[in-house]
Amino acid sequence: MSTQGNANPNSSVNNYSMSSTQNGGGAAPCQNGPGQMYPAMYTASSYYSSAPPAAYPTVAGHSAPPTGKTPVSSTGYSGNYYQSSSGLSPYPAPGTHQYSNAPGQSFQQTAPYAMPAGYYGQVYSHPSQGQTQPQPQQLQPNLMPASSGSNLGAPLYPIVSYPSAPGSSQYGTLRSSQTTAGQPPVSTVMPPPPTQSSLQQYSQGIGATPTPAQPGYGAPPLSQAATVNGQSNAVQQHYDQNLHNPMSHHYAAGPPNSQGPDKERPPSGTPGTSVHSSPQHHPGGDSSSTTTDSASPVPNSYESLEGGGYSDLAAPPAGVPAKQAPPFGYNYPTMHPAYQQNPAPKPNPSPSHGGYNPPGYQPYSQPFPSLSELSSALGGLGGVSELEAETLRPVNLLQERNILPPKRAPPPEPNLSNDLRKVNCSPDTFRCTLTNIPQTQALLNKARLPLGLLLHPFRDLTQLPVITSNTIVRCRSCRTYINPFVSFLDQRRWKCNLCYRVNDVPDEFMYNPVTRSYGEPHKRPEVQNSTVEFIASSDYMLRPPQPAVYLFLLDVSHNAVESGYLNVFCQSLLDNLEKLPGDTRTHIGFVTFDSTVHFYNLQEGLSQPQMLVVSDIDDVFIPTHDSLLVNLKESKELVKDLLNALPGMFTHTRETQSALGPALQAAYKLMSPTGGRVTVFQTQLPTLGAGLLQSREDPNLRSSTKNVLHLGPATDFYKKLALDCSGQQIGVDLFLLSSQYSDLASLACVSKYSAGSVFYYPSFHHIHNTAQKQKFQKDLQRYLTRKIGFEAVMRIRCTKGLSIHTFHGNFFVRSTDLLSLANVNPDSGFAVQMSIEESLADTSLACFQAALLYTSSKGKRRIRVHTLCLPVVSQLSEVFAGADIQAISCLLANMAIDRSISSSLSDARDALVNAVVDCLTAYRANGSNIQPSGLIAPAALRLFPLYVLALLKQKALRTGTSTRLDERVFSMCELKSQPLQQIMRMVHPDLYRIDNMTEQAALHLNDSVIPQPPLLQLTAEKLTREGAFLLDCGSVMYLWVGKCCNETFIRDVLGFQNYASLPSNMTEIPELQTTYSERTRAFISWLLESRTFLPAFHVVKDDASTKTSFFQHLVEDRTESAFSYYEFLLHIQQQMSK
Amino acid sequence: MEAAVFILSLVDCCALIFLSVYFFIITLTIITLSDLECDYINARSCCSKLNKWVIPEMIAQALATVLMLVSMHWFVFLLNLPVASWDVYRYVKVPMGNMGVYDPTEIHNRGQLKSHMKEAMIKLGFHLLCFFIYLYR
Repeated sequence: MSTQGNANPNSSVNNYSMSSTQNGGGAAPCQNGPGQMYPAMYTASSYYSSAPPAAYPTVAGHSAPPTGKTPVSSTGYSGNYYQSSSGLSPYPAPGTHQYSNAPGQSFQQTAPYAMPAGYYGQVYSHPSQGQTQPQPQQLQPNLMPASSGSNLGAPLYPIVSYPSAPGSSQYGTLRSSQTTAGQPPVSTVMPPPPTQSSLQQYSQGIGATPTPAQPGYGAPPLSQAATVNGQSNAVQQHYDQNLHNPMSHHYAAGPPNSQGPDKERPPSGTPGTSVHSSPQHHPGGDSSSTTTDSASPVPNSYESLEGGGYSDLAAPPAGVPAKQAPPFGYNYPTMHPAYQQNPAPKPNPSPSHGGYNPPGYQPYSQPFPSLSELSSALGGLGGVSELEAETLRPVNLLQERNILPPKRAPPPEPNLSNDLRKVNCSPDTFRCTLTNIPQTQALLNKARLPLGLLLHPFRDLTQLPVITSNTIVRCRSCRTYINPFVSFLDQRRWKCNLCYRVNDVPDEFMYNPVTRSYGEPHKRPEVQNSTVEFIASSDYMLRPPQPAVYLFLLDVSHNAVESGYLNVFCQSLLDNLEKLPGDTRTHIGFVTFDSTVHFYNLQEGLSQPQMLVVSDIDDVFIPTHDSLLVNLKESKELVKDLLNALPGMFTHTRETQSALGPALQAAYKLMSPTGGRVTVFQTQLPTLGAGLLQSREDPNLRSSTKNVLHLGPATDFYKKLALDCSGQQIGVDLFLLSSQYSDLASLACVSKYSAGSVFYYPSFHHIHNTAQKQKFQKDLQRYLTRKIGFEAVMRIRCTKGLSIHTFHGNFFVRSTDLLSLANVNPDSGFAVQMSIEESLADTSLACFQAALLYTSSKGKRRIRVHTLCLPVVSQLSEVFAGADIQAISCLLANMAIDRSISSSLSDARDALVNAVVDCLTAYRANGSNIQPSGLIAPAALRLFPLYVLALLKQKALRTGTSTRLDERVFSMCELKSQPLQQIMRMVHPDLYRIDNMTEQAALHLNDSVIPQPPLLQLTAEKLTREGAFLLDCGSVMYLWVGKCCNETFIRDVLGFQNYASLPSNMTEIPELQTTYSERTRAFISWLLESRTFLPAFHVVKDDASTKTSFFQHLVEDRTESAFSYYEFLLHIQQQMSK
Repeated sequence: MEAAVFILSLVDCCALIFLSVYFFIITLTIITLSDLECDYINARSCCSKLNKWVIPEMIAQALATVLMLVSMHWFVFLLNLPVASWDVYRYVKVPMGNMGVYDPTEIHNRGQLKSHMKEAMIKLGFHLLCFFIYLYR
């Protein structure tokens, strides 16, 4: 649901009643085991149950602490992490190194070059990280109901609602600068519920409550303008905003309205359009934060918090109104704000389910704060049933040609109550292939869709609540972090939403830093946000947090020098030396290799770097231990000297061999005391020493339609090394800049299992291939400056009954659900596949939590926790309605790649086609009322065949078209390790016509106008000679210029007189001072806004030889070896009728 | 002669049972302990332990089969043959880049752990059966 819809949450969540039987129906099955033993454990509970709720704050103050109040976070975990790294002395003590200068080994200490003290004219822009926070933050109070029951017996339930801007959902909001900060709160009085004993007031209570007294953690007072939070946290709540994000503006905002197309946004000037919109259509802008809920210290009733349902356990005093809420707020028809006006209830599909709520809403007379905003939010949807009907609408794929939405479709919204939806994790971070989780494995099997999660856990976030607290509250049995979807049984206990254990709330948690009041655990930031970051205590470390350590391993053989990458790299590193993430402890080192391995002594105090050559590559050793990895701050001048000298040092080398294996071993030895990041630049096949490889590619078989061989590694050397590295917290990133076959399939293993990343620049040459060079420069810029987390582990937990069985991405799976990530970077995505082991019939919600524990580059141990909550359904149609086709395609791509490596490529391709066939067959078998002819798909899955066809035409999976083995393998690596948005752009690029963009439906951001041309289908049919088309493939962009393209465009945008004078290798759009040019550039930069790696840009002329690379992306067209889209549909239909 | 063969096979079988139990326990350890979320043993060390025993197991199994063949106990030989061939097959079928039959990077994927577990259970049953056959023949 869009944030605009969220702007009026109280319209649908407030105060509707729920009968207690339903309440019990949903919750009773959950209260097995741990719940029952609860009263015995807590002596204080009887006291609570007899005390009126109004007395809670005081009760909490002086009651004896509950018995089992051990700090939850302090045990159990510490032993888990770093299993392999224990026993290491963290850092090499000076003087303790072994200097193995054996006489027999050739070890020369040379100073072969002398250089003048370099003068560097660079101006380092020191972006103090805090200053890069671009988005002013304004207070956007939430319209949340106050929990009732605070005034015992009082019939009035005061509710103050602030008029809120569309972007004001408490999670995922957009802090626009023109929002409603100054608007006065409107206070309304709600009527009491009609029957207090049998009907219960439902209120999630996670929002702002009446008195706007205290600034929340970091939330400035109402009238105050935009500050990043973290300012008001001088108090002891230790709640500060994460300011470490240099890329912050990218993620600051998505369009506020994710449902309706962007053009439906109100024009600029109204709140919500001044946002910084991005082409990704982030629903609700992702992670902007949270911290502005102006929570207030009005006491709340605990029972009315989310969750409840433990009527027998909590033993609430009779007669207290508004006691329990249903177990979570899942409620089918409450999605739509318009339900206030008593819509026709949707028949409950599963009567046994506790989640469904009959429309017994209170006649609730609070006016909407801004009806116009609401109606615009409603533009795209008309209620849940309609929405579902829309996603289930049968589409005859053979007849409907234009199935592509005009914009990139937003991910489907889970069918949750508004409150839950609002706090739910951003779909850019956490996505499930099925937004309605099927109840049983049998149901999942019937749907024939894969169930899995796609994660992007370390994404750059602008606003992220960071919590410092001594006790991190976690479930005592499953170690889940407390999250917005847990239920508070009473003031002292919460029930885990993953394992259903009842835990006690530690004392410290009772203090709420938001309101600076006591006794409001449900208002803590942990419970208000599904994405939070904790500063971990020493319980989460096995050794002191490591410093940032970077080692660069550079190929300096003849081939490497010839390609000229050294220059580019050294210059890039010189430019970014100051921006390398780290603190004063940051260490840096360099190793170069050809047929020997060269180390560089950069010890502070030396007049110039010393090169140490180890030529014994069979048993490579470290010549000196303490001065090869040096403190960057102390030895900065030496490092700069070295970087200036390096490109010139090897210009006349005749060495063509490459001893990558020994160099990697040396890097491992050098880094193993600390851990860190090794960056390898390699330009050819390793030919010497351990890990040498042979050429396995037969160029004649590049375009064979038969099986493609050698997709797997040739040796286990790199895998073993990667696992060793992973054990010592060393991540290896590989840059392969090669024009010949270099066996990426084997080399990539070193990054794959050490959680690194792989970059590949085929036929890189600094002069002959400027596009590649520019791409390399841009990538390096991002690579060197992006955030990094060291010695990380990630655990993904899910609701009891679900289990994860397969993982995709770059990491090492250390135990069943623990991913070991030596390094974690913000650009890598992960995918997991799940199965349903036990029926989920007794729960209405399934939750998933990903917790990433890492050491920041500043040496802080941090835990980033994401929690996703999804409804559980029992009907096949609902499963189809909730299918997220983009996520499904990505997961299928991952599975297909696994299959092609473990089995064969043709197997994988067949499996992909079968996935579509099976799914559509299942849909046909399910829907009985559909006409038998044609190829019918539910609207939610209408793009499925298209995406699968696009996948089959990817470099990774295609056959019949000439594809170099390395490029194929690289494409596979990308599919496995990129985040979803990037994969989707790669698989199904966006095509726009940009020569006739008008201001119609344009976005108005700040002072620029961004035209919004519609997405075109990827077929040559859509291209005209008169036009210019932009194809956005994620990592590369093509601007195709037709032969008869109008001259104004060529002159005003490209800066050439006519088509004939256009050069064939243009790689950028000049900055011309024409409106035409400005508009085009505005559009392109808007597309690029959310990217971390800037794409290569090619201007493709219609007649140029490069146009094949453009046309290969038009996946709907026929090629000599692959189906066109229509043929593919017919093929599927034929398969289905078999 | 026959008695000697059977005693030898008994010893051999005991060794195999021991191996199976060993596998079984290790595999069980992984599953139960990881379920408890204590990564008591990590995939790397578990796999290197298990891989060490793949070849001895294969040799022992082949030895038992050959013993049955030379002593011309056709039934027991035919009983042992599929197991021996399976052992050889899975050893030969290991992809080039893998670190052995049990690969730490793949053992958690695609239910491999479960299938290894199942295999270990079946072998355990088989060796128990063989044990009694050898004992009472």
